[in-house]
Formats: sequence, C-alpha cells, structure tokens
Amino acid sequence: MIAIIDYGVGNLRSVEKGLAYVGARSKVTNDPSEIDSADAIVLPGVGAFESGMGQIAPLKGVILERAREGVPLLGICLGMQMLYEESEEGGQHKGLGLVKGRIARFPESLKVPHMGWNSLSIKKRHRLLNGIKDGSYVYFVHSYRAPVGESTVAATDYGGDFTAIVAEDNVVGTQFHPEKSGETGLRMLKNFAEMA
Amino acid sequence: MLTKRVIPCLDVVPGERGGCVVKGVEFVNLRNAGDPVELAKRYNEQGADELVFLDITASHEGRKAMIDVIERTADEVFIPMTVGGGIRTVEDIRSILRAGADKITVNTTAVKDPSFIKKSSDIFGSQCIVTAIDCRSNANVDDPHAVNIIENKWGRPAWYEVVIYGGRTPTGIDAIEWAKKAEELGSGEIMLTSMDADGTKDGYDLPIIRAISNAVRIPVIASGGAGNVEHMYEAFVKANADAALAASIFHYCEYTIGQAKEYLRSKGVPVRL
Repeated sequence: MIAIIDYGVGNLRSVEKGLAYVGARSKVTNDPSEIDSADAIVLPGVGAFESGMGQIAPLKGVILERAREGVPLLGICLGMQMLYEESEEGGQHKGLGLVKGRIARFPESLKVPHMGWNSLSIKKRHRLLNGIKDGSYVYFVHSYRAPVGESTVAATDYGGDFTAIVAEDNVVGTQFHPEKSGETGLRMLKNFAEMA
Repeated sequence: MLTKRVIPCLDVVPGERGGCVVKGVEFVNLRNAGDPVELAKRYNEQGADELVFLDITASHEGRKAMIDVIERTADEVFIPMTVGGGIRTVEDIRSILRAGADKITVNTTAVKDPSFIKKSSDIFGSQCIVTAIDCRSNANVDDPHAVNIIENKWGRPAWYEVVIYGGRTPTGIDAIEWAKKAEELGSGEIMLTSMDADGTKDGYDLPIIRAISNAVRIPVIASGGAGNVEHMYEAFVKANADAALAASIFHYCEYTIGQAKEYLRSKGVPVRL
C-alpha cells in the first residue's frame, strides 16, 4: 500500500486515481501509523513552502525515518521542494533536508507561475524514467524551482535549466505533476509503484 | 521549451434524467455524443493540453451535474482540468477541487468582490485561481472610466470595459486595469474573452489580448472568436497569448486538436505533440 500524505491541501484525488489507473493500491492518510507501515510514500503538494512544512510538521519524524530505512518516497511539486534543505519562498525556511540544495524563485523577467507543458532533458538513468523518452512533455505549475545539482535526474529549461526530477537513492521528486502529465506521467507513477 | 497550450472548452448543461451534455456538439462516430466525459476522453486522446468545463447554467442542478462530470473525468483523464461558471464561495471552490479539478475560474463574483480572489488564492494557492475577464470595446474614449485607450480590432481608438453576467452588464471597469489588479490579488492566470469576438468565428480579439498579455506577468488564455487554426496562430504569435481556448471548431470536427497542433508546429509555434 502506498501512503499519500494528506495535509489538507492539493488535489489528492488525482494522485490516488493515477496510482489506481496503473494498478497500485494507495490510501490518502495523515495517520502516522499508516505511513509507518506503507510500502511507499507520496508527498504531494500545492501552496506555499512555509505552510506546507507547517502542515507536515507532525509527520516529519515518521517521513524521515521511513526515508532513511529505504522506503520509496516521491515528492510532487511542493512535495519535491520540501525534500530539499531550504527554500527562500516567503523568507528562509528549512525543508526535510533529504536532498542537498536550496529552492529559489524564478527570475523576475519570466512569467510566473511557470505553467504548462515543458520538456524533460534526461541527465542520468533512473528507475522512475523506465520507458520515458528524452524530450517528453510533462505538466508544470510552480513559481520556485530547484537548481540543477548532483542529484538531478532530469532538467527543464525555463529561463535556464532547473531540476525537474531529483533522486537520491529511494528518495525521488518531480517538480511537475505526474498525475496531470498524461501517458508520460502515468508511466512514472507506475515506475514509482514498482520501486516499492 | 515551455509550449503554448491548446484548450478545448466544454459548456456543460444538465440534461434529462440527471445526466449532462455539452452544448452544441456535433460529433460523428462518437459514442454517447455530447456526454462531456466521453468528449473529455476524446480530446485527451487527441492531445489537448488542458480541459475547461463551464457550467453555463450556474444553477444548483448545474453544479451537481458538473461535480459528477469532474469526478467521472478525473477517473480516466490525467491532464489539468479547469472549472468555471457561477462560483461564489470558498466552499464552491473546495467541492470542485475535491472532485478532481485543478483550477477554477471566477468572473462576476470577483468583479463584485475583488477580495474573493485574494481570499481564495490564499487558501488554495494562486495556481488554481483563474480570473475570467469578459470585456467589450467601448469607443467613448472620453468616458471617465477609460484608463487605457488602444486601437480596437476595427482599428478605432477604444477602451475595453469589463462586462459581467455573461456579457449583459457593463461595469465601468477598464479591463487592462482589472487584469493587473487580478494579478496583484493573487490570481495565477487570466482567461480573457472579448464579447466583440466571441461567437463570430472571425478570430480572437488580438489588440486586447496583446495589451493584457503585455501588462501582466501571469499567463493569459485567449478565448472567444476562434474559427480556424490560423486564428490560434495569431493569438500566440501576434497577441502573445500563452494558451488558446476554443469550442466550436473542435466540437464540430472542423479540426482535431492534433491537426491544430500540427499546423501550429509547422508555423514555428512550440506545442506538445
């Protein structure tokens, strides 16, 4: 069973339906004991970094513990950003620190949010990308982004490259919404379910 | 590269026996022609970048029909969905998002109470609050409400006035100023319809789309007037729109979405194919 962490925001139904569509069992939950027994964890997210971190505060311990045990953890959009050490959104705020780096806003010269379908430039192989072609399009909606670093699996160009997919062993994150990225996104959800 | 979005719009109306249909659909070879869920699936297969559902009745019955459509579509279609029409409260937004929609549009409610944009974007995030602006050019440039005078689509000096209640009621609000304010209040996107172009099939109202697209830093969806794919090209290239919305050219099978995007790509517009 995949635990989809419910912290009161976001369109969790789509994540759940997407996983169901690829044959994975999941449950939307904010119960630490369910997260503790899950085979994999999805940390979804929309909204602001600080409030997101505030909302998951009671679950931070169990998420970190499971991630360190090697349980597959997928952060989506804000959920991916929260995997990082810190973000400059609304001041300086600490994240979960599972991935090195700092989330920063897009340059002022660009239209934000970065909204719509943009292409992936694959930097290295990862199980999440099985069957996914370089240049595939995925759906983004965000105003802050992670720089490209050692853990970047795929980058996307919007006024310069940023991290679209990050991975450190069992901890993965997508800045885009796989549950809203058509066939490409469904394939990634399937790949993630198979990591469990 | 970020692609330009092609978005089919489905006007959903409650039908007989609690079902619902899309207004004005003439699909051939489509099972349950007019069932919005079947149509949504078809558009998804053709490569639509998003789907917009409008409840054109904005009634209690219409809302129930819409929630049902969104839930059934979200089970099978995994692209962004926007819902608009008659949204008045935070609870309206919550129930639509919970059904599986990603964004909502507000129009009349926001004009009457601009703080509604701020309140709802604070709760749900800017990314899901789309301000729909309906406007019409007003040639009375001496009107004290006129702030931005531009050349309208007939080449005459005019200001664009926001209209509400489906275009029936002028508001005395300058559309360009309203778009800037909607952005400032936390709207994540603008969906712009010019009543001078809507329904004409003569093309989008390029001057006002261009003016608003250049006045705000959030994406602008051009709506109203698309009669062929060249019109979509114009909205993207001549008016700097980020997305183009169309209904009848897709509903009447004049083009598939794939054909429209092939054409746009052949003219150098970045699209997802």
